[in-house]
Amino acid sequence: METYRAKIREIAGRLLQEEKVEMVIGYQDGTIPMITPPMNAKTSGDAEKLTWSSHCCINLANYLTEVKGKIAIVAKGCDSRSIVNHIAEGKVNRDDLYIIGVPCHGMVERQSIATRFGDDIEEVVEEADGTLIVRGNGREEKYQKAELMRQNCKVCVHRNPVLYDELVGEPVAIPEDIQRYEEVEKVAELDLNERWQFFEELVSTCIRCYACRDACPTCYCPTCFVDEARPQWVGKGDEEPDILTFHILRAFHTAGRCTDCGACVSSCPMGINMRAFTKTLEKDCLELWDWEAGLTSDVRPALETYTPDDPEDNFK
Amino acid sequence: MLVHIGIEPERLQFSWISSAESTKFIDVVTEVTEAVRKVGPNTKLVRNLVREQ
Repeated sequence: METYRAKIREIAGRLLQEEKVEMVIGYQDGTIPMITPPMNAKTSGDAEKLTWSSHCCINLANYLTEVKGKIAIVAKGCDSRSIVNHIAEGKVNRDDLYIIGVPCHGMVERQSIATRFGDDIEEVVEEADGTLIVRGNGREEKYQKAELMRQNCKVCVHRNPVLYDELVGEPVAIPEDIQRYEEVEKVAELDLNERWQFFEELVSTCIRCYACRDACPTCYCPTCFVDEARPQWVGKGDEEPDILTFHILRAFHTAGRCTDCGACVSSCPMGINMRAFTKTLEKDCLELWDWEAGLTSDVRPALETYTPDDPEDNFK
Repeated sequence: MLVHIGIEPERLQFSWISSAESTKFIDVVTEVTEAVRKVGPNTKLVRNLVREQ
């Protein structure tokens, strides 16, 4: 982590100094522990504020569609796939980008640290060997990063950036025994009504704050369908059909584009795991069309292409 | 995905029917109607307009 941080600062400082880019999009340390807000570094002084830790959960590709000019961006595996997505969809120009690739060791779930330690966390320090030291209220606890990792990071098979101009470290090894779709298969084993119940309960605490949508790099429509009033596609209240409609449709809009970066889950104030919706679509895309989002910008995303030999088992 | 989250598969059916294939259209519509009738009224994603007392 320390070496990554130093390397990111060094690269960002150099790029800004040499005026190769106008801005570096990266993470900075937040005012409270375990939060790393995005930051636009515009001077080499700013570059010294850039950081890297196991809490860089948000997907910085989300901020690319709003900016113009030469930009450098810090990208872990999933972020780089979202950038490839943006390039494929014509949202950004590859030539305007300088991608600082970060081979990712996974991010931790801050809720699970808070569950174990309590809410009075004042500081989280990470050792090189993957131990997290959590301090607060005069107490100190040690946890292993592996047990606190986000679920999407545990099952991630694209930990190294797929597109980059410079890497901040050696590529990381991907374990071979990853069960990517364990969560989806568990739900698929239930009968129809149990599945429905599972999803009803999943979103029952949703407050419709749309943090998941705002954190999602694939959600960049100028007007989101939930905000539209004429026609009003979906009710704006907290009734269950409306909440479910929002989550189902949002997930479907990410079909074939979602890189399972987990930004939606990490940004949710209610701790809802909306990956339960998106992960099944990812599985379908892989099984039906052998498609994984964000690996190449030469091919259109799964739902935008048609070939005569597409499977048609659903059609009578 | 709708089936994955628990919507009955009978409610979601796809078919290619040309405008010249009227008999196929009738067959498919009849089949779909019967399939949905078997499943019964839909209760999922339906707004409860009458508030429960």
